[in-house]
Amino acid sequence: MLHIKDLHANIDGTEILKGLSLDIKPGEIHAIMGPNGSGKSTLASVLAGNEDYEITGGSVTFGDKDLLDLSTEDRAREGLFLAFQYPVEIPGVSNINFLRTAVNEIRQYKGEEPMSAGDFLKLVKERSALVELDGKLANRSVNEGFSGGEKKRNEVFQMAMLEPKLAILDETDSGLDIDALKIVAQGVNAMRSPERSFVVITHYQRLLDYIVPDFVHVLYKGKIVKSGSKELALELEARGYDWIKEEVSA
Amino acid sequence: MMTTETVNVQDEKKSAFLGSISSAFQGAETYATLRKSAWDTLSKFAIPGTKTEAWKYTRVGKVINHSWMKSHGNSQINLPEIAIGGLRYVFVDGLFRADLSDELTYPGLNIRRTGENAENNLLGTLSNHQGDWFEALNAAFFNDGLVIEVDKNAQIDRPVHLVFFTSEENTASFSRNVLSLQESSSLHVFTHYIGSEHSTFSSVVTEAFVGKNAALKIDKIQEGNETAFHHVDWTKQDRDSRFDITTVTLKSSWVRNDLNIRVAGENCHSSLTGAYLPSGKEHVDNHTMVDHMVPNCESDEKYKGIVRENATAVFNGKVFVRPDAQKTNAFQQNANIVLDDTATMFSKPELEIYADDVKCSHGSTTGQFDEEAVFYLRARGIGEVMARKLLVEAFLADVITTLSDERLQTYCTEKIQQLMHS
Ligand SMILES: Nc1ncnc2c1ncn2[C@@H]1O[C@H](COP(=O)(O)OP(=O)(O)O)[C@@H](O)[C@H]1O
Ligand SMILES: [Mg+2]
Repeated sequence: MLHIKDLHANIDGTEILKGLSLDIKPGEIHAIMGPNGSGKSTLASVLAGNEDYEITGGSVTFGDKDLLDLSTEDRAREGLFLAFQYPVEIPGVSNINFLRTAVNEIRQYKGEEPMSAGDFLKLVKERSALVELDGKLANRSVNEGFSGGEKKRNEVFQMAMLEPKLAILDETDSGLDIDALKIVAQGVNAMRSPERSFVVITHYQRLLDYIVPDFVHVLYKGKIVKSGSKELALELEARGYDWIKEEVSA
Repeated sequence: MMTTETVNVQDEKKSAFLGSISSAFQGAETYATLRKSAWDTLSKFAIPGTKTEAWKYTRVGKVINHSWMKSHGNSQINLPEIAIGGLRYVFVDGLFRADLSDELTYPGLNIRRTGENAENNLLGTLSNHQGDWFEALNAAFFNDGLVIEVDKNAQIDRPVHLVFFTSEENTASFSRNVLSLQESSSLHVFTHYIGSEHSTFSSVVTEAFVGKNAALKIDKIQEGNETAFHHVDWTKQDRDSRFDITTVTLKSSWVRNDLNIRVAGENCHSSLTGAYLPSGKEHVDNHTMVDHMVPNCESDEKYKGIVRENATAVFNGKVFVRPDAQKTNAFQQNANIVLDDTATMFSKPELEIYADDVKCSHGSTTGQFDEEAVFYLRARGIGEVMARKLLVEAFLADVITTLSDERLQTYCTEKIQQLMHS
């Protein structure tokens, strides 16, 4: 589904991704872990099409499309979703209007009819319940005045509404207490399917107790330096990253 | 306030301008005292220029270097239909058009043209024709307008819908209105200023008197093409009254709005909101003044603009809190998005506070589009054009939603989207 090959990316002339490769098949869950500043959010931004980054090498294919050729909106319309580490507040744009616009622009791209208001509201009700997001929040401005946990649940709610083929969750667990974390995980698990894949970026093994990954990768200095099964996450939790850093420099 | 300075008489430009205007607009006999005093101002003071503080950022050449005519008063026009179920009164090139208007009668209202029963109303008692040259120009030459009086305790259930249409090439129009609300009455006025594609000049001065416990709402929409708008609103509030005004400047080559509120009675609420989005070479200047003369009142002001291309916008908001006006609550905000390097915004909030027990705040921000928000919306599958559209709408929403009728809100929102994408 997603093939990243030897990807290099710069920001303001500094190389952040330095030859990153990753393969994701339909239905798989990949966890990406790694120390702060190693390039995890950069990878997510580059995949989502953030133009602040310059791609200097490598390729990314998504389904049968050259992902790097697509605009940000077309990537989303092709089924890529990024749950942001820091969701922005957009005063004055209602969560609901914005989602309706998004749903219908995606449908239009696929040559489908707009969703009826009734069906849309039904879907909102059903999917917001998945992450126990208060109906009131759905009517407020996008993320405005939301708590940290509400912002993260709103990201998962949007994911559930847009039904992407691939969802990248960038530290969706950071700053959540255990109850909120379970809710987020429950939302993600409800959306699991043999066709839908996930990339879960996290610092903490804890999340992976609830969203069980098929693969765990360590991203360090702009590259995947180690990959393994879910046990790797437990090892990282127990031993930290120093041994990885040593392996890399050895 | 005397803001203009004396200069020698041989200001040729001025005499040429006044000469051509007075030959076109001669013959008004009513309001002789007012007109004489206005003429004194016109002759005594220079045309406002860079040295006149209140006109510092607004070049007046667009109006002054033009030879204006008076309309014949019979142009055929296509009125845009904004149906809000109002009592509609239409002026074309400054002259009342009974053929396009509703009857001048309605229960609770006393409506007449300014020329009738002329010396028996409040016209000219509030405006600054002795201090401001352009207000004097209006006072000297106005030849039509409406006096609308609202009876005591009358709650007028239909809005008064005034249309000022400027149509014929090179015509100037000078109109003058009085709104007078008796105790405990209420009125909603929607004023639509529309300019054709021709060069026209529209000068309208409205004096509003909001009586005890009365409530006046004014919605103003300005949309011209090559029109120059000079619109002045003076309002005086008596105790326990409420005055709300929303000014949306959609389009026009040159706009100068002066909005002045004298809060003369205790326990009043005044709210002033405005939106402007000049593009091309347009110029929009909003000058506002809230004069808190007495204690225990609150005023709330919010002006927002999107300035792009080579356009210029000016916001000057003065709030005076006089020594007696303790417990005043005054809030003022001006927020701008400047989209291009070639666009200019002058924002000047001014608070002058002479009382000590007050709550006043003001803020002015000028920035760019929130590109992070654009990216967020696009990352959800929303196209870039639509994303910017949503953000423009969101930015202006808290002004547009102060328009008192949902149909006006929809009208403006649609126009704004069209303008932003033309
Ligand atoms: N504008 C920038 N210029 C230079 N370096 C940057 C810029 N923005 C981020 N970085 C650097 O990119 C690296 C990767 O950041 P990020 O992808 O956010 O890491 P992670 O998500 O793994 O914590 C960090 O070292 C950070 O300092
Ligand atoms: Mg990060």
